[in-house]
Amino acid sequence: MEYETVIGLEVHVELATRTKIFCGCSTAFGGRPNAHTCPVCTGMPGSLPVLNRQVLEYAVSVGLAMNCDITRYCKFDRKNYFYPDNPQNYQISQLYLPICREGYVEIDTSEGRKKIGIHEIHMEEDAGKLIHDPWEDCSLVDYNRSGVPLIEIVTEPDMRSAREVIAFLDKLRLLIQYLGASDCKLQEGSMRVDVNLSLREKGAMAYGTRTEMKNLNSFHAISRAIEGERERQAGLLEKGKTVVQETRRWDDAEGLSHAMRSKEDAQDYRYFPDPDLVPVRISQEYLESLQARQPEFRTEKMARYKKEYDIPDYDIEIITGSKHMADLFEATSALCGQPKKVSNWLMGETLRLLREQEMDPQDIRVSPGHLAALIDLVEKKEINGNVAKTVYEVMFERDVDPRQYVEEQGLKTVKDEGALRRAVEEVMAQNPQSVADYRGGKEKALGFLVGQTMKAMKGKADPASVNKQLRELL
Amino acid sequence: MELLSLSAVELSAAIKEGKTTAPKAMEAVLSRIDRTEGEYHCYVTIDREGAMDRAVQVQRRIEAGVLSGPLAGVPMAVKDNLCTEGIRTTCASLMLDNFVPAFTAEAVRNLERAGAVLIGKTNMDEFAMGSTTETSYYGPTRNPHDSGHVPGGSSGGSAAAVAAGECFFALGSDTGGSIRQPAGHCGVVGMKPTYGRVSRYGLIAYGSSLDQVGPLTKNVEDCAAVLEAIAAHDPRDSTSVRREDNRFTDALGEDTAGLRIGIPRDYLGEGLDEEVKAAVLRAAEMLGDRGAVLEEFDLGLVQYAIPAYYTIASAEASSNLERFDGIKYGHRAQGVRGLHDMYKKTRSQGFGPEVKRRIMLGAFVLSSGYYDAYYLKALKVKALIKKAFDRAFARYDLLLGPVAPTTAPKLGESLSDPMKMYLGDIYTVSANLAGLPAVCLPCGSGAGGLPIGLQLVGDCFQEKKLLTAAYACEQAAK
Repeated sequence: MEYETVIGLEVHVELATRTKIFCGCSTAFGGRPNAHTCPVCTGMPGSLPVLNRQVLEYAVSVGLAMNCDITRYCKFDRKNYFYPDNPQNYQISQLYLPICREGYVEIDTSEGRKKIGIHEIHMEEDAGKLIHDPWEDCSLVDYNRSGVPLIEIVTEPDMRSAREVIAFLDKLRLLIQYLGASDCKLQEGSMRVDVNLSLREKGAMAYGTRTEMKNLNSFHAISRAIEGERERQAGLLEKGKTVVQETRRWDDAEGLSHAMRSKEDAQDYRYFPDPDLVPVRISQEYLESLQARQPEFRTEKMARYKKEYDIPDYDIEIITGSKHMADLFEATSALCGQPKKVSNWLMGETLRLLREQEMDPQDIRVSPGHLAALIDLVEKKEINGNVAKTVYEVMFERDVDPRQYVEEQGLKTVKDEGALRRAVEEVMAQNPQSVADYRGGKEKALGFLVGQTMKAMKGKADPASVNKQLRELL
Repeated sequence: MELLSLSAVELSAAIKEGKTTAPKAMEAVLSRIDRTEGEYHCYVTIDREGAMDRAVQVQRRIEAGVLSGPLAGVPMAVKDNLCTEGIRTTCASLMLDNFVPAFTAEAVRNLERAGAVLIGKTNMDEFAMGSTTETSYYGPTRNPHDSGHVPGGSSGGSAAAVAAGECFFALGSDTGGSIRQPAGHCGVVGMKPTYGRVSRYGLIAYGSSLDQVGPLTKNVEDCAAVLEAIAAHDPRDSTSVRREDNRFTDALGEDTAGLRIGIPRDYLGEGLDEEVKAAVLRAAEMLGDRGAVLEEFDLGLVQYAIPAYYTIASAEASSNLERFDGIKYGHRAQGVRGLHDMYKKTRSQGFGPEVKRRIMLGAFVLSSGYYDAYYLKALKVKALIKKAFDRAFARYDLLLGPVAPTTAPKLGESLSDPMKMYLGDIYTVSANLAGLPAVCLPCGSGAGGLPIGLQLVGDCFQEKKLLTAAYACEQAAK
């Protein structure tokens, strides 16, 4: 039988606020355990939550970017369940009146443009982290993450393949990155994706029984898990068995998923409006001011680059594929006035290093001022191309000032014509065979001699000058 | 000078005039405690050393002219569900028997800024659940007017401490009458301010949408002075309100002529003791003699107030009390196998029967399938009750009635019949459901010499009108 795959997503995104959602503690990642905590985010008796306005602003901005209706009178609800990472034993979330509803995001598919519906977006607090100590047979809890703001984006079951899911997530991630609302890193957990998947007979209207897949830490894992779950469910249906509604955990190393809990184990969360938080009323003025402050998103940026910069479409696509890279491109171009050279650095060395070090473009450390200075050094022939690449690697590593670095390391091109001539003469004297070959018409021998001269000059010569001098003497 | 016969405001004035000192006042209170605490058991924790140290410091600041308000140097007691930094705060529960907070409740801090000096923490019904102070893990408090009787509750320790002279004034909390009813039973003044008037930060929550911190005092003037000190906007409590009309002491001498007072007939009917009714109506007449215009009317919906209150308060409590799980602080059961066993045993051991009853009731009304029928319906009743009060306050400045159907019951009488205890809250819970301010003051005593309480209810943020009328009643009774 032929099946259609039906996929909906639940995407948790950690918002990039400086402080937590209901208290003034820092959201910084990686502090000493429980360093970023206070009575509120550790659930001490008598403490009370106060909403961080920035969380609301980000949530509404994301909702506007995803064409959602913004709920003008919204509330927070308590989701009650006992677990030690949740200090109050209830999570403050939104069930009855979520901040955003009924939006959509457009993606490009092989069959053209497609709208993926957004069911709702709600605000909530993250939980702490449990650390199990097998040696002491105990568990420790770190509440640094407790109260870090999240939005949960729930889509309609509108996706039909892993490819559509990835296209959607890519779009979603870029929208949110462009808004500055989050860095959306799957590996670090600032974006978490749960996949709801079911199969139905091609052409059928009713949905099949769905499963929810968790623990998906990369786009690659998401694709593999979707494929794996599609096959697993199809296998069951082929054998006349039924799919059980359950939550499954993807093991990317094994390439398999395992059942975590079934619908029967589902808890009753006893949701009810949190009486400690007053309802949020969103005024027309507030909405308009946020609308007016929406940034330039990728599509508009691409169109503008086409008009403003003389660089290939492919470069534009890659550069605008990361808000951070686009910002770096624009700022560096403004400083040095040579967008094409900037683009070359990004498309060449930068992408190579990113690939080599398996890094996200969001994590490029090079600052615009330093990249502009490097381009300037090459332009003024202060350093040659090879030296520039070496310097760039260091800049990529730790954003050094190339001027200072070149100075300290003595990498400047030697402009002393006498010294160069002496080196050329020496190389010619040491390589009579190559000299003879060249003079005998073997043009290739010149390359070898240039190389030897560069080596003698410790790489700090201008290749054009070396060439010129060699030709003269030969 | 007999220090203990002074009111809080009088004591503070005497200290400022150099007639006595804050440490001397504290010594007098501590020696009274030595004499009577064994019988009444008003306190869970008495911080003798700390109290004396604080009194000495406050005295220095009074002499330096830094502290000059009407509560400077006055010893106070605080209900044991208000957090006090470094001093254990138990909610009268085994669950928090060892809990020492890291911060002080905002209302207490405001009083400390005004120079009031903390003596210790008063007994209460466990987690403020009860109307007699008998559900305390530490045993009951006894009524200073007759120690065979309860002081009311849940702020019974605070009310009894004021009545017994074991403090000059106290803080309590009121979710369904927990300040006003014990004030009535102990013959002191107690006020539940408008919801949002006083910060709840540091108050260990019972029913968050109903809880409010308020004063228990020897007289109406002290009540105004304490309210003035604690009423302030607090950015850490989202439900706290920013108001400018916080000069409550200004309202005391105001004229009561022309004050329109409504007396809900619903509050004078079946179940109300005759002697209570007679005393309340006598007090009403005294206000009438002073120019107030009295009128009986039908408020309506009164029979729905108790079920709505117990549904909402228990629902919120079931969630509020989830954090007591043995993980982070408080009681933890020993000899357990795994996480869930620890949760179960810790909570089974840590909470008393009344708390368990309300947690179960609350969990039930919020559970899937029952939410609409119970919790949501109770919220609708709450909204209707608010509307009924709105209609009443379109016609009257204040409402007047009893605070409780009877005088203080005997010890042990109520525990066996929780339904009867719940129904005793009939006159007080509506003010919490509607968020209204209400004050209780003594209006005579019954056959056994037990005090009778008069309740006045005002519209939102009309505490001044309440104080004006209460002060007039008090003066007339003298």
